[in-house]
Amino acid sequence: MSARKPLPRWADLVLVPALNLILAFVVSGLVVLMIGENPIEAMEIMLFGAFGYGEGVGYTLHFATNFVFAGLAFSIASHAGMFNIGAEGQAYVAGLGAIMVGLALDQTHWLLVMPLAMIGAGIIGGFWGFVPGYLAAKRGSHVVITTIMFNFIAATLMVYLLNRVLKPEGQMAPESETVEVAGRIPQLRQFWDYFGFAPVNMMFFVAIAALIFAYILIWRTDLGYRIRTLGLNSQAAHYAGVSNSRIMMIAMTISGAMAGMIAVNEVLGVQSRLVLDFVFGYGFTGIAVGLMGRNHPIGVALAAILFGALYQGGQELAFMMPGITREMILVIQALVILFTGAMEGLFRTPLEIMFTRISSSRQSTGAAEQATE
Amino acid sequence: MDAFTSFIFMLDSATRLTVPLLLACLAGLYSERSGIFDIGLEGKMLAGAFGAACVALITGNMWLGLLAGIGVSIAMALVHGVASITFRGNQIISGVAINFLAAGLSTFLGQNWFSQGGRVPSPPAGGRFDAITLPFADQLREVPILGTIYAELISGHNILVYIAFAMVPITWYVVFRTRFGLRLRASGENPKAVDTAGINVNLMRYRAVIITGVLTGIAGAYFSIAQSSGFINNMTAGKGFIALAALIFAKWRPWQALGACFLFGFLDALQIRMQGTELPIIGEVPVQAIQALPYILTVILLAGFIGKAVGPKAGGVPYVKER
Repeated sequence: MSARKPLPRWADLVLVPALNLILAFVVSGLVVLMIGENPIEAMEIMLFGAFGYGEGVGYTLHFATNFVFAGLAFSIASHAGMFNIGAEGQAYVAGLGAIMVGLALDQTHWLLVMPLAMIGAGIIGGFWGFVPGYLAAKRGSHVVITTIMFNFIAATLMVYLLNRVLKPEGQMAPESETVEVAGRIPQLRQFWDYFGFAPVNMMFFVAIAALIFAYILIWRTDLGYRIRTLGLNSQAAHYAGVSNSRIMMIAMTISGAMAGMIAVNEVLGVQSRLVLDFVFGYGFTGIAVGLMGRNHPIGVALAAILFGALYQGGQELAFMMPGITREMILVIQALVILFTGAMEGLFRTPLEIMFTRISSSRQSTGAAEQATE
Repeated sequence: MDAFTSFIFMLDSATRLTVPLLLACLAGLYSERSGIFDIGLEGKMLAGAFGAACVALITGNMWLGLLAGIGVSIAMALVHGVASITFRGNQIISGVAINFLAAGLSTFLGQNWFSQGGRVPSPPAGGRFDAITLPFADQLREVPILGTIYAELISGHNILVYIAFAMVPITWYVVFRTRFGLRLRASGENPKAVDTAGINVNLMRYRAVIITGVLTGIAGAYFSIAQSSGFINNMTAGKGFIALAALIFAKWRPWQALGACFLFGFLDALQIRMQGTELPIIGEVPVQAIQALPYILTVILLAGFIGKAVGPKAGGVPYVKER
């Protein structure tokens, strides 16, 4: 049967990702089993750690905030047909924008600092996304390789700046000065002690706004329409009069600026200063979040919560089960990327065959009934 | 120590740093020439380093360690192969997954098995590749210039170093002078034509991916049981990506790959040497500037400002027979 029908919408959006996710967890469970621990018990500990009590929920939401920004950064570039794996570096350099605003205005009020820091981080992160976008659009560079290189350039640049420029005189650790309390973004636990010591802060609401923004941008504006056309068929977009190179640069800039919001969350919401490697792999996790969420804001939100729970639950697990370390999360993350991203055909092809058979047998029984009447 | 000897020492250190880059770069060459993008070189090396360290520690045999490194690395390469050849998945995504998988599993299993924070302890005697002194190296040491070069630069490396450099002409011969090489390159440039000639494109690509696994496995073993002893977290430290940069820099050709890898290895040696030294006029050069140089050079090259790097035409595209 060569003419396979595409899957029904519900199967495409729910069934395939769910099966892939289950497979990723089953394989992770086998790894846990291999080292002689009980995977069911591990799962229970993770779930309780992520959702069982206030502080756990707070941490889950805090991680999810980062993953929403990282996932949207990946998705927006994806819609334009570009694979931005540079969110890590874009968020890292964006820390400069956040800390500069934070330190300059920490005698004023956070209501002033937060939007300006977002603009500052957005500009610098956006620039770090714009350059690979420009090189791809105007010079034909491969965006994947360029963004990988930009991650490393960002890492060395930040080590240099933290050691030579931002570090106050007479201090050993490569860190910037600390932002005064007035310049820090308030954490939600200040208003609601349910969250214990969890660092979830006002940027959580910005993440929700960013999801809505991304939905409107991609599906409800001219620009979003052009971005999607470019991603689906760049030649068609070109014939329709879309300036592909311009759209590529815009999409990569928005993507980089979105990644920059991670910096605001971490630098002004948690650390109150700029430290080495504060992005901590959140940018890379954004790839998994974007893939898992099928590049749709609702999917990204769900995937961000899933990964937030994984990070928080994983920390709890490492604490409770001596045989398991935090790196278990990396393994699960890798398997999710592998099964939902690269091995999608594993379930999709058999399901397509199955659904085609079901619908054709229905049609033939329907035809048989008509014939007997 | 005179300037000449110290320069030779520096080249010697550059040689050692070049080896893993070169092996990984040639590994990527086979894969990408066949049409399979591979950004998972880093992960395969890391997995290979871990496998080699574990087996060398347990058996005390460096050769078994090397074999284990190669085996683990091939297993990772086959995951990439199954995802990108059989399931026609996105090769970039699969590569990203391989990198995470290797980083996560090696630390996780290492911590679980050896309880040293993810480290694998040093293998016992015999579990590590030691330096080989070439014949007459000691006698010739006193000969000016040539003797120093022979004794310090050419002699005194472990066997994997010589294997790595020997792989350059071998790769050139295999890729450009054999039937296998022609088919390999054709699979990456025009798979349809390969298929029309009655050759199985997917099988060619699987072979290429396995060769990639072998070479990244040797590179991994070099990290954990030759250059240093024992495995530490993330010990490949981004070298797989520098190798990828070198591959692009070399425009997917073996001799140029040697040149690019040696340039990047030399920059690495320079960067280590320059730490904290003051130069006349310029003052202290920030080591980060030298560290970033391979990445910056690659970006500039890719942008076509110094020559143009165009990869295999069918690279990254899964081959679909019926169309």
